[in-house]
Amino acid sequence: MSTGGTAPLLRVQDLHLDFGGVKAVDGLSFQVNEGDLLSLVGPNGAGKTSAFNCITGFYKPTGGSITLHGADITGLRPSAIAARGTSRTFQNLRLFGELTVLDNVRAGTHLRLRQNALDALLHTPRFRRSEREATDEANRWLDFVGLRGDRGGLARNLPYGEQRRVEIARALARRPTVLLLDEPAAGLNYGEKTELLDLLHRISGLGTAIVLIEHDMDLVMQVSRRIVVLNFGREIADGTPEEVRRNPDVIEAYLGKDDEEEATSEEMMSRE
Amino acid sequence: MTTNFATSPTRASALFDRLQQNRYLGLIGLAVAALAPFITATNYALSVMTSALLFVMLAVGLNIVVGYCGLLDLGYAAFFAIGAYVSGVLATRYGWPLLATVPVVIVAAVVAGIVIGGPTLRLRSDYLAIVTLGFGEIIRITANNLTITGGPSGIYGIPGITLLGIDLSGPVGLYYTCVVVVALAVLGAARLGRSRLGRAWRFIREDEDAAEAMGINTYRVKLAAYIGGAIWGGLAGILFGAQLSAISPPSFTFLWSALILMAVVLGGMGSTPGVVLGAIFISVLPELLREAADYRYFVFGILLIVVMIFRRQGLWPARAVERQSRRDLREAEKHDAGKAKEVVP
Ligand SMILES: Nc1ncnc2c1ncn2[C@@H]1O[C@H](COP(=O)(O)OP(=O)(O)OP(=O)(O)O)[C@@H](O)[C@H]1O
Ligand SMILES: [Mg+2]
Repeated sequence: MSTGGTAPLLRVQDLHLDFGGVKAVDGLSFQVNEGDLLSLVGPNGAGKTSAFNCITGFYKPTGGSITLHGADITGLRPSAIAARGTSRTFQNLRLFGELTVLDNVRAGTHLRLRQNALDALLHTPRFRRSEREATDEANRWLDFVGLRGDRGGLARNLPYGEQRRVEIARALARRPTVLLLDEPAAGLNYGEKTELLDLLHRISGLGTAIVLIEHDMDLVMQVSRRIVVLNFGREIADGTPEEVRRNPDVIEAYLGKDDEEEATSEEMMSRE
Repeated sequence: MTTNFATSPTRASALFDRLQQNRYLGLIGLAVAALAPFITATNYALSVMTSALLFVMLAVGLNIVVGYCGLLDLGYAAFFAIGAYVSGVLATRYGWPLLATVPVVIVAAVVAGIVIGGPTLRLRSDYLAIVTLGFGEIIRITANNLTITGGPSGIYGIPGITLLGIDLSGPVGLYYTCVVVVALAVLGAARLGRSRLGRAWRFIREDEDAAEAMGINTYRVKLAAYIGGAIWGGLAGILFGAQLSAISPPSFTFLWSALILMAVVLGGMGSTPGVVLGAIFISVLPELLREAADYRYFVFGILLIVVMIFRRQGLWPARAVERQSRRDLREAEKHDAGKAKEVVP
C-alpha cells in the first residue's frame, strides 16, 4: 500500500482502545501519506470516532502507537498534538456558540500569534499587528470555505450548514498538515454536499492531508484517494475506492453473510 | 434564552449596542468617579465611594476567572486577604511604605494563585468550586491563628499611601488614589479580555475540548486566568488596608467572596461595564437601604432576585456581536472581486 520511499505523515500501529469490556478500537493500523485523502468508513459503532480521539489525544489508547512526522505522539495531551500539525472537527459540531464567527476562526491562529499579556495591556504595535493578522486570516479562511452568513454575529445563530463550514474554517486556520474531519457531510442537503466535495478538493489542493470519516458513500467514493474500512475496531480493508468496492470482506461486513450475491457494498453503505 | 430582550433586535437594544461599543464609555465612567466628590464629600460618602471602587476592582478581577474563563471561584476573598495581610504586615512590622509592598504582594498573589490553581485546575468545575471555598476559609483561619498576622485581633495602624512625598492618606487623597488605580485595573482587565489570552479564556469557557483541539493548552491558560485574578485581588487588598488602617480575619469571610461573585453575575459575566455596574450596585445599595435598618439585607436579597429574574444575563450583558471594521469589509470586497482562490496562506 505504501507509496514510494518517504515515511508516512501519520502512522497508526496496532491501536487498541477498551472501554471496560467494549473494544472500541481493536488492533487498528493504517497510515496517511503526505497530501493523502483517506476516508475511514465503517458501520455505526465501528470505532472511527474513537480512533480519531486517540490520534488527537482526547482518549489515551490502551495499546499501540501513533506517530506524526515520525515522532511518537501517543498519549500526548490534545493541544500538544494539535501544535504538531493536526487539526480536527467533531462529529457533533463543537463551535464556540456564544462567540462570534470571526472569534471562532481566530482560535485556529492562537498558536501563531506573537503577543503576550504585556503587549495586550499596553496595546503595543506588536499587539495591534498580531490582532490584525488574526482577523485577516480568519476572514481569508471564511472566504475559502465560502461562508455567506454574518461573521460578526454569534456562531450559534448561523444555519447548521454554515456552522459546519465555520468549524472547518476554524480547523484550517490551525494550518494543519493533517486535517481530520468527522462526518462533515452529516445533516447537509444535496447542494451543500456538492459544495463540501469541492471544498475537500480545494483543501487537498493546498497540500493538506485529509482523513475523513463519512457515511455518505457517494461522497467517499468520489473524493477519496484511499479508503480504510473498519468493523468492530479492526481494519478489514485498505485500498482505492475501486478495490474497496469489490472487497468481499467489506461486502460481508455491511450485508452479513447471507445475501451478498446481488448488492455491492457501496449500494448498501449509502443506505445509511 | 434566545427571546431575552437584551439580544432581540429592538431599537432600544440597538441603541444599547452602540452605547456599549462606544470607546468613550470608560472615560465617561472615569469622569463620573472623578466628579462624584463634588456632589457630596462627607467622610461617610467618601468612604462608601472608596469601598465601591475597591469592590469594582475585586469584581473585574474575579470576572477574569469567572466571566472570561468560566471557572467558578467561591474563595476569591482569599487573594484579597493575602494582599491586605502581606502589605499590612510589611508596613506595620517592618515599616515599609505601602507602595513598596506592591511587588511583594504581586509575587505573593502569583504564588497563591499557583498553589491553589495548580492542583485544582485539572479538576472539573464543580470540584473547583468546593476547593476554592475551602481555600478561602483556610486563609482566614490561618490568619486567625498566626502571631505575625496578629491572630484574631488582626493588624492595626496600617499607614496611608504617600507618593513622592505627597500624603494621600486622607479620605480625599485615598479616594482619588483608588480612582486612578481602579481605572487602570478595569482598563487592564478589559484589554486582557480582548487579547489572544482573553479569547483563549472564552474558548475554554465555551468548549474546553474544542479549545484543546485548536492547540490551546487549557491547563496553562486557566492557570493564567487564576493568576490574573489573584493579582487583581491582592492589589485591591493593599488599598483595603490603607482605607481601614486595620484588618482582621472577620474582614475576609465567605460573605465577601459571595458578594463579589454576586456583583459579577448580577452585572453580566464577562462584561466589563456590567461587572463595574454590578459591583457599584452591590456595594452601594446596602448603604442606601440603611433606612430599612434590620430589613436591609432582606430587601437587598429581594432586589437581587428580582433583577436576576428579569435580566438573567445581568444588568449589562457582555457584548455579543462584533461589528466588522470598515477595513475588514473592504478586504472582503477585494476578495470577492478577485474570486479568492490563491489568496489563502
Ligand atoms: N466514551 C465512551 N465510553 C464508553 N464507550 C464508548 C465511548 N466512546 C465510544 N464508545 C463505544 O465504542 C464503540 C465505538 O464508538 P465510536 O463512536 O468510535 O464509533 P463510530 O465508528 O464513530 O460510530 P458512528 O458512525 O456511529 O459515529 C461503540 O461501541 C461505542 O459505544
Ligand atoms: Mg463517530
